[in-house]
Amino acid sequence: MQRYSFFSLARNALSQHEGWQRAWRSPPLKPEYDLVIVGAGGHGLSTAYHLAKEHGITNVAVIEKGWLGGGNTARNTHTIRSNYLRDVSIRFHDVSVKLYEQLSRELNYNILFSQRSMIDLIQSWSKLRDLRRRSLAMALHGPDYQLISVPDVQKRIPAMGDLSGVRLPPLAGMLHPAGAMARHDAVAWSYARAADSRGVEIHQHTEVTGFTFGTNGAVTGVETNRGTVRARKVALATAGNTSHVIAKAGLNLPLVTRNLQAFVSEPVKPIIDVIVNCPDVGLYVMQSDKGELVIGGGTDPIPSYRQGCHFSTFEDVVASLVELFPRFKSLKMLRQWGGAIEFAYDASPIISKTTIEGLHVSTGWYGGFKSIPVGGLTYAHLLATGDPHPLAEAFGLDRFTGLRFLLEAGTVAQR
Amino acid sequence: MLILTCPWCGERPEGEFMNLGEAVPPRADDPSAMTDAEWSASINERRNIRGRHTERWWHMRGCGTIFAVVRDTITHDLFEAADEPRP
Repeated sequence: MQRYSFFSLARNALSQHEGWQRAWRSPPLKPEYDLVIVGAGGHGLSTAYHLAKEHGITNVAVIEKGWLGGGNTARNTHTIRSNYLRDVSIRFHDVSVKLYEQLSRELNYNILFSQRSMIDLIQSWSKLRDLRRRSLAMALHGPDYQLISVPDVQKRIPAMGDLSGVRLPPLAGMLHPAGAMARHDAVAWSYARAADSRGVEIHQHTEVTGFTFGTNGAVTGVETNRGTVRARKVALATAGNTSHVIAKAGLNLPLVTRNLQAFVSEPVKPIIDVIVNCPDVGLYVMQSDKGELVIGGGTDPIPSYRQGCHFSTFEDVVASLVELFPRFKSLKMLRQWGGAIEFAYDASPIISKTTIEGLHVSTGWYGGFKSIPVGGLTYAHLLATGDPHPLAEAFGLDRFTGLRFLLEAGTVAQR
Repeated sequence: MLILTCPWCGERPEGEFMNLGEAVPPRADDPSAMTDAEWSASINERRNIRGRHTERWWHMRGCGTIFAVVRDTITHDLFEAADEPRP
């Protein structure tokens, strides 16, 4: 792997930047691998990286229907945080934040990680009680989540302005200093480059059309539009479309897919330096490095694979935005997008074996950008050893049979 | 914005309704006759179809009728539900 540094930049500048290697290879598709990962997004690539790094398994193909990092990894709002409610979720996401903090150095790739903290604005007494409880639960495990007063909130978010006429005025705020953002493409690219340099093969434009099974019913490989690929184990990391893909193996999962949309304004000068989340009204807003305001809300309240703008949700989000930030009324919106987000009944992820031997799933992320490093770490452990990682023992599919649900209130802008 | 056709009130905007999710088959009359796995699958698993699926809507801020429609989950096009055994 060609290392990136100030010196390599200077050296390549002298040769008109024509000496750079490709960040990953495009080898021909082999007929057999030890392991096939379906989906070259953040989770798939991170899993491949950790399989190679911690378990020495490198005869791995990551196959992807579209292009690398073009699914939900490209369709999120790149927020990283660990303010969850359940013990297992807090520990799990705390590890993820810590891995993200080191990621640029570990992978020798600048992911533009910016730990700028996150403020949850509380606009109802029930939410105040709810988040106080969450902060006490988090205090047991380490990550910081402190109650701050309205004047402190106004000091941290001067763009908010006068609150006297606001219909649901903030009662307090919750400050989460670990809240961060990172460049989403760079996360996928850095993992792809690091996994590739350890021998993992990445095959884009290779769509899974079916699975092959042995006489004992175990999965023996995948059928793709480029031919059949044999593998001892198949691991799905197909965020948003897991139900659709696994239906080809005849399985149903306890998942629903919905559209989660976001949109950005025209770029403006720096005006907000924290991530603002308003769980009561379903709104969050932050400013990207380019100066655009990134605005999002809750999921559309219907099952959907549309990955677009659902106008009634858009209207709700904008109404909430201009109520708290009247000065943003003059902003023009540049573009919008939607991600297909899938979640289980209890809103906790699933990292698990399935009832088909050799077929594994990592799904139900309900906003999985923040979990990419730890999701890969724990999924790789499951694939390599056959046992769930200690951090992810609770995330098996068996929790549904045993009704051991992990009801999680800390997911995407839940109302 | 979807415009849904309530069987009682006619065409009304989406905001009056609540989506109750994918229409699942009726619960078994005798759950104790099922295996644990079948029972758990029947209450937890969803087909989560990418394409046309049957779903139920509740005219929550209207007449209260619960009814089924067929909707394409990619395009959001609405179609009349065929003969649905139980609303």
